[in-house]
Amino acid sequence: MNQTINKYSKQIIIVNSIFILFWLTISIFPFIWTLWGSFKVKADFFSRADWTYALSGFNTLIETGATTTIKAYLESWTEGEFGRATMNTMIVTVSVVSISLFLGTLGAYALSRSTFKYTFYILIIALVFRAMPHITLVSGYLFPFFQLNIWGILPTTIIVLVAINQPFTLWLLYSFFKTVPKELDESALIDGCSYFQAFRYIIMPVMWPGVVTAGLFSMMLAYNDFTVTALLLNQHNYTMVPKINAYLGTVEYGGNYMWAVSSVVSATAPLFMIIWFFQRQLISGLTAGAVKG
Amino acid sequence: MKKLIISLLISFASTSVFAGSHSPCGVTSGSINILANEFTTYRIFMDEVKSCAGPDADFNVTHSVDHNKLQVAALSANPAEFSAKLVTNGSITPLMNDGLIRPLDDLVAKYGSNLNDNQKITIDGKIYAVAFMANAQHLWYRESILNDLGISVPSTYEEVIAAAEKIKAAGVMENPYAGAFKSGWNLGQEFVNMYLGHGGEFFKSGSAQPNVNNEKGVAALNVIKKLTELSNPDFLTQDTNAVKEEWESGNVALMHVWNSGAASLLDDEGDQNIKADTRLAPSPTVGGGDKPATTLWWDGIAIATNTSDENAEASFRALVGAASSTDLANNNPNATVWLIKGYTPGDTAGPVVDAASRGTTPYPSFPHMSLMHGALSTELVEFLQGNESAEKALADVEAAYIAKATEQGFL
Amino acid sequence: MPHRTFFWFILPTALAMILFIGLPIVSSFFQSLHIENEQVLMEVENCDPFGCTTNVRVDVEATEKIEAENPLGRFNGFGTYTDRNHLAFDEIREAWDNKTSIGEFKDTVLNLPFYKALLFTLTFCFAVTPPVIVLGFIVALSVNTLAKKLKGFIVFGTILPMIVTPLIGSLVLFWMIDSQGIIGASIQILFDDPNLSLKASSNLTWITLIIYGIWHNTPFAFVVFYAALQTVPQDPLEAAFIDGASRFERVRFIVIPHLYPVATFIMLICLMDNFRVFEPIIGFSAEGVAQSLSWMIYQDLRNENKMLFGSAGATSMLTILGIAFLLTPVLIRTWKEFKTER
Repeated sequence: MNQTINKYSKQIIIVNSIFILFWLTISIFPFIWTLWGSFKVKADFFSRADWTYALSGFNTLIETGATTTIKAYLESWTEGEFGRATMNTMIVTVSVVSISLFLGTLGAYALSRSTFKYTFYILIIALVFRAMPHITLVSGYLFPFFQLNIWGILPTTIIVLVAINQPFTLWLLYSFFKTVPKELDESALIDGCSYFQAFRYIIMPVMWPGVVTAGLFSMMLAYNDFTVTALLLNQHNYTMVPKINAYLGTVEYGGNYMWAVSSVVSATAPLFMIIWFFQRQLISGLTAGAVKG
Repeated sequence: MKKLIISLLISFASTSVFAGSHSPCGVTSGSINILANEFTTYRIFMDEVKSCAGPDADFNVTHSVDHNKLQVAALSANPAEFSAKLVTNGSITPLMNDGLIRPLDDLVAKYGSNLNDNQKITIDGKIYAVAFMANAQHLWYRESILNDLGISVPSTYEEVIAAAEKIKAAGVMENPYAGAFKSGWNLGQEFVNMYLGHGGEFFKSGSAQPNVNNEKGVAALNVIKKLTELSNPDFLTQDTNAVKEEWESGNVALMHVWNSGAASLLDDEGDQNIKADTRLAPSPTVGGGDKPATTLWWDGIAIATNTSDENAEASFRALVGAASSTDLANNNPNATVWLIKGYTPGDTAGPVVDAASRGTTPYPSFPHMSLMHGALSTELVEFLQGNESAEKALADVEAAYIAKATEQGFL
Repeated sequence: MPHRTFFWFILPTALAMILFIGLPIVSSFFQSLHIENEQVLMEVENCDPFGCTTNVRVDVEATEKIEAENPLGRFNGFGTYTDRNHLAFDEIREAWDNKTSIGEFKDTVLNLPFYKALLFTLTFCFAVTPPVIVLGFIVALSVNTLAKKLKGFIVFGTILPMIVTPLIGSLVLFWMIDSQGIIGASIQILFDDPNLSLKASSNLTWITLIIYGIWHNTPFAFVVFYAALQTVPQDPLEAAFIDGASRFERVRFIVIPHLYPVATFIMLICLMDNFRVFEPIIGFSAEGVAQSLSWMIYQDLRNENKMLFGSAGATSMLTILGIAFLLTPVLIRTWKEFKTER
C-alpha cells in the first residue's frame, strides 16, 4: 500500500529533480566558490577586474608560479596562530553544549511536568529574554566583568553563551519532553522514586533524540558566535570567528584577506563534518517531538 | 623636492632635550598588558615592544578591532584589565574625559631621554601620551594616465574634479576618482576633511553647540557630491580597503586614502604595472583655502591610571623603548611615518610631512567630537543619494548630534 | 510536580537566565531613563607632533564631584524615548502642523532615524518570513519524495546556509554580488545593463538583503518541516488515496493541517530573528540605505568612541516591545493550548 502512495509520475520526478538541483546549487555554490578561491591569491579571489580570474588563477600564476597555492593556509596556521583559536573554539563549544544541555534538560523536564500556571509565564519570559538584542546584553556585561576581573577568559564567555542559548534550548526540550508519555515517569513515582530519580532512570534513557537536536543547535550558536566572543575574550583566548574577523583588519588599514578566506574554510570544515555525521539525529530528534511545539 | 621634505621632517622632529639616562629595555618586574588596534604597523611595533620588554617580562597584548569599545570599560576597573593602551588623537579623548590615563612626566623624565619633544603629547602642561607615528589621508595618482592627457598633478579639489572629468570624457576610465565614502565612520571622515579644508569650525567657539549647517558645510558637501559622481556607483559601500582593491585593479586614476596604505599598495603582490605607475601627492586644498583638506593623526602610547605604579613603569619602559627605537623605524621605513628620533623617512612619507608643514589641522580632539562624527556618519547619506538638500542633511546632522550630546551631558 | 521539586529543577537554568539576561534587561531599562551628568568643560593648551592648540577638555575633578553626588546620572524619565533619535514626538507633531500634504508628512517621519529603521526592520521581517515558510515547506516536500540513498546528502547540502555564521556568509556573498563579481557580472549580462549595480541603489540593496535573509533562513524552516513530515500519519493519507484524492489534495487537506502548529513555531522563531536583523547589514555594507533597530543599537554602542548606553537601552526596550507585539497572536494561541492541555 505504502508503495503505491509513494509512487510518483514521471513529470513529478523530473520537476522535482530540477527543483532540488536548483536549490542545492543556490545553497552550496557559495561554499564551493570559497573553497576554490581559498587556493588563489587576493588579486584573483577579490578581483575587481574580472571574476573569471578567480577560476583561472591569473594573478596566482604570476605571483606564485602555479595556479593554486596553499600559502594562505600555511601562513594563517603558523603566523596567524589559527591553531590556538581552533583549540579555544573546541573548548567553548564542548563546554557550552554540555552545560546548556545539563541545565536545559533539568529545566525543560520540570516545565513539561508541572501543571501550574507559572510554567507558562516562565516560558513566555524566556521568549522575551530571547528577544533582547545580544549586542545590548554584551555591552552591559563589560563594566561588571572588568570590575570583577573576569573579562577575557573562556569560562565567562562560556557561561554567557549558555545563558543566551537557554531560552531556545528550553523551548525545544520542553516541547520534546511533552511528547514523552507522562505515564512513564508517573509510574516510577508511584513506585517510590523521587522526581530526580525518575528523571535519572526513566527519562534520561529516552531523551537522547531531543537532546542531540538541542545540542546541535547550541553547538551552532557557540561555534559561530561573534558578538559575544569578539567583545568578551582577549587576544590569547580568541575563538575562530573573532580571529577571522581580526585577519580582516580595521577600516583604516587593510588586512590579510586571504588568511580570512582560508580560515573560513578551515573553520567551516569541522562544522560540516559534525553536521554531516549528526544530520540524521538532527532530523530524528526534531521528528520525535520538538516540532510539535 | 624630496630632500626639502626630508629635511623639513627632520627639523620638525629633532629638537630633543636630554632628560634622563635610564635604559628602558629589559623589564624584569611588573606585568605588561596592552590593548591595541589590529593592523600591520601596530604588529610591527608590538614585536619591538615585546623584544624590548625582554624574555623575563610578563608580557601580554590584545589586538582588537573593538579596542575603542573596550577601552573605557577596561580601564575603569580597578585594577584595570590593561596597563597600557595604544591611542590616537581620536581615541584619547574618552580616556581623558574620565581621567583613565595617567600623566607620564616622571616616567618620561626617567626613561624618555631618546624621545623627540614633539612625540610628547601634552594636555594642560602634562604629558599624557607618547606618539610614535603619524598618518594622514592624501592624494594618489596614476602618472601615465595624467601624462597621456596632459594633466598636471592637481593641487586643489577643483583641479581634481576637472582632471577626473577629463579622464572620464576621454573614455579612459568610467569612474576615475575613488575615496572611502562608505557610510559610517569613513563618510564622516570625508566630511571632516572637506569641512576643515573650507576653514570650518565644528562647534560654536567655547561650547558644545554644533556649527556645521552653514555655507562652508554646504560647500563641503557639494564638493563631496561632485567627487562621488566621478566615483564607482557603489561608493557608499567602499571603505579604504575596497578603494585600494579598485586601485590595484586599475579602475581608478585618482584617490584620496591613508598614507599607511603605502606599504600594501606598493608591495610586490598584484599587478606590477599599476604599482610602478602609482604616485603619491600632497592632499589638495579646496574652495580657495590654504590648508590641505585632510586631517593629521598621531598614534601613541598611554598608561592606565588604575594600574599599580610597578606595572605602569614596566609597561612604559617596554613601550617607550620601542617608541624611541631608531632601528625599528629605519628597518621599516615605509610601514608608516615614524616620529622616532633618527628616522630617515622612506619614499612614501612626503605627503604627510607636507601636510604637517602646511599647517593642516589635526583631527579635532574635542570631548564631544566623536558624537559629531557619529551624527555625520549616518545623516549625510540621503544627500549623496540625491534624496534631500545639503541644508536639510546638515540640519539633520545637528539635530542628531544635539540629541546625543544632551544625553551625554554636554548640552 | 510540587513547587519545591520544580524550584530545584528549574533553578540552574533560571539563575543563568536571570543573571545574564534578566538583570541586563532591567539595568538597560534603568539606564534608558537616565542621562549623563552635566560635563564640566575647561579650556586647555594641547601640544602634539603637529603643534600646540587651545582645546577644550572635560574637567575631570569637577565632573567627578557631580558624579559622586549623582552616580546614576540625571533622571530623564521617558525623555530619551521621545527624543529626536527615537520616537521623536516633537518632530512628528511639528511635521504634522506644518504639513502641506500627507506625502510630505510621511517623508519627514521616515527621515527620522527610528522610523527609518523601523520601516526597514518590518519590511525585512514580512518580506522574509512568508517566503521562508513556503520555500522551506516546498523543499521539504520535495526532498521527502527522493530515494532514501540520496536524502542524506541533499539534506546536508540544504542546511549549509544555516550553519555558517552570518558574518562570514554575507561577506562571501558580498564579494560575489560586486559589479565585477560572479553574481553581479552575471546579472549585468542577464539584464543587458553594464551599469547595473546591486550595491548602488537602495531598492536593489533592500532586495539583496531580503534574498540573503531568505537564503539564510530557509534551511531552518526546511529542517523543521522535514522532520515534521516524518510524523504525518499514514492512515489518512492511504484513505485519501483510495478515495481518489489527487497528490495536491492530499497535501492540501492532510499534510498542511498536520504541519500547521509547526509552521507557527517556525514563524515565531523567524519573526523574532528577523526583527533583530543586523549581521547582513554589516556584511553587505548596507548601513547607508538599510538601517534596522539592532543596527541603531550597534551604532550607539560601537561606532563611536563613547558608548551611548541610555540611547541604546531605549532602542533595546523598544525592540523588545516590538517583538512582543509581533508575537502576541502566537502567544495567545500558545496560552489557549496550554490551558486546554491542563
